[in-house]
Amino acid sequence: MFSWWFDLGPWTLDEQMTTETDHTNTEESTLALYRIEIDKFTGPLDLLLHLIKRDELDIYDIPIAEITRQYLEYLDIMREFNLEVASEFLVMASTLVYLKSRMLLPLDDEEEEEIETDPREELIRRLIEYQRYKTAAHDLNMRPQLGKDIFVRPELEDKAHPDDHFIEASLFQLMDAFARVLSEAEKRRPHEIIKDAFSIEDGVEHVWSAFENKKSMKFDELFTGSENRRKIVTIFLAILELMKRRQLMAVQQDHDGPLRLIVEPAEYSGRPPGE
Amino acid sequence: MTDKRNKALIEALLFASPRPIGIDVISEVTGMEPANIGDILRSLVEEYDSESRGFSLLEVAGGYQLRTRPDFADEVGALFLARARRRFSRSSLETLSIIAYRQPVLRSEIEKIRGVDSGGVLRTLLSHGMIRVLGRKEAPGRPILYGTTSEFLEYFSLRDLESLPTLQEVAELDTDDAIVNDEGDIENGHRDSGENNLYADESGGGEGEESATGLLDDD
Repeated sequence: MFSWWFDLGPWTLDEQMTTETDHTNTEESTLALYRIEIDKFTGPLDLLLHLIKRDELDIYDIPIAEITRQYLEYLDIMREFNLEVASEFLVMASTLVYLKSRMLLPLDDEEEEEIETDPREELIRRLIEYQRYKTAAHDLNMRPQLGKDIFVRPELEDKAHPDDHFIEASLFQLMDAFARVLSEAEKRRPHEIIKDAFSIEDGVEHVWSAFENKKSMKFDELFTGSENRRKIVTIFLAILELMKRRQLMAVQQDHDGPLRLIVEPAEYSGRPPGE
Repeated sequence: MTDKRNKALIEALLFASPRPIGIDVISEVTGMEPANIGDILRSLVEEYDSESRGFSLLEVAGGYQLRTRPDFADEVGALFLARARRRFSRSSLETLSIIAYRQPVLRSEIEKIRGVDSGGVLRTLLSHGMIRVLGRKEAPGRPILYGTTSEFLEYFSLRDLESLPTLQEVAELDTDDAIVNDEGDIENGHRDSGENNLYADESGGGEGEESATGLLDDD
């Protein structure tokens, strides 16, 4: 239908939405457990909240014995389905068992006088705090989201002045770009043993000669022709060194755009190092 | 310059700008007074709302931007090759919420609230540009402090961090969680096209005590 497609740029997401299914029938609790998408709880607190909500328990007065039983039953089911039970779930299991023992066993008279607090208090506090953010997360998700529900004019690629509008690249962008270059090279690597040493200073020389008189270059271009892994790594180190000396700056036009390197950018002048 | 022309001029700027555009920028480009610009923008907001246009004028990330209405998500989305079909996972959203409300925040604090390891989620959110490193805490180990980005504000159509809805106190635990079926459609959620719900960022209602105004400003 359309002869062009717009590039959405940074707004593409590739994560799954996981959902909560609704369980109100507590009599079929075991069956209900089987109906849940078992791997969808984000953590032990999430699971506990689910159990509390499903059975309409009072969060301020949690029946520890009952909830411990259900919780452990749930862990069994997870194992039954060969699902990995994250260690945090196990830690919570032991916490629940401990709380249960505290609630059941009478304390010595001495201890009883000192300890006035409800042993469940900490857990309740954690559950309530977590619930606040769970709700906030849900509300956030209910908003229309850019690139999925609502749209804006896409960015135009500014071919005329690629260096005029940019943002300083983050460490992650730099690492990602380097990893890509390295894996590309791995694919093409001939099986040879390279003898010559290639120092960082050699790398610096390589970088400057690649730049010639240019003010900026694409990150990837600095590695063309270098298939030796060691050389690639050294060139990258040279780039980092030059960035440290503030002679080079790594930038992008937008968050997912290609990385570029700029020579002695004006932004650095007057800025204290380490800023 | 007549008022009518001024209004048209601002409209043209809004139309052309791919990012939210602030009053200061409009002022610089047009030479108009900020107060005047503000009035015109407010009248445009109302105008687009009242005339059931296909888009609305929203304040996001400290500027103004024209955005299509969610009613037309499917059709407008068809224009874009790489339209996001799926959304953030609950883990990501929880983590993002914690960071949004509590920034600057440490990874350990996040994990304490969630009760699970959050390293992977943090990395994902970082790579999507939703969060960023604010710095390091002056404490043993100099742990990293996280905060949200302006992309985060733009993504969720928030004017600023103060526009985040007030955190709710938990009176009851029956949050009306939406059911999302396999198509990604909401079966019983609140999401609708009514501006009243979604674009009223001012934290008017809510029984919560904790407000979002204690947050640091996003620079």
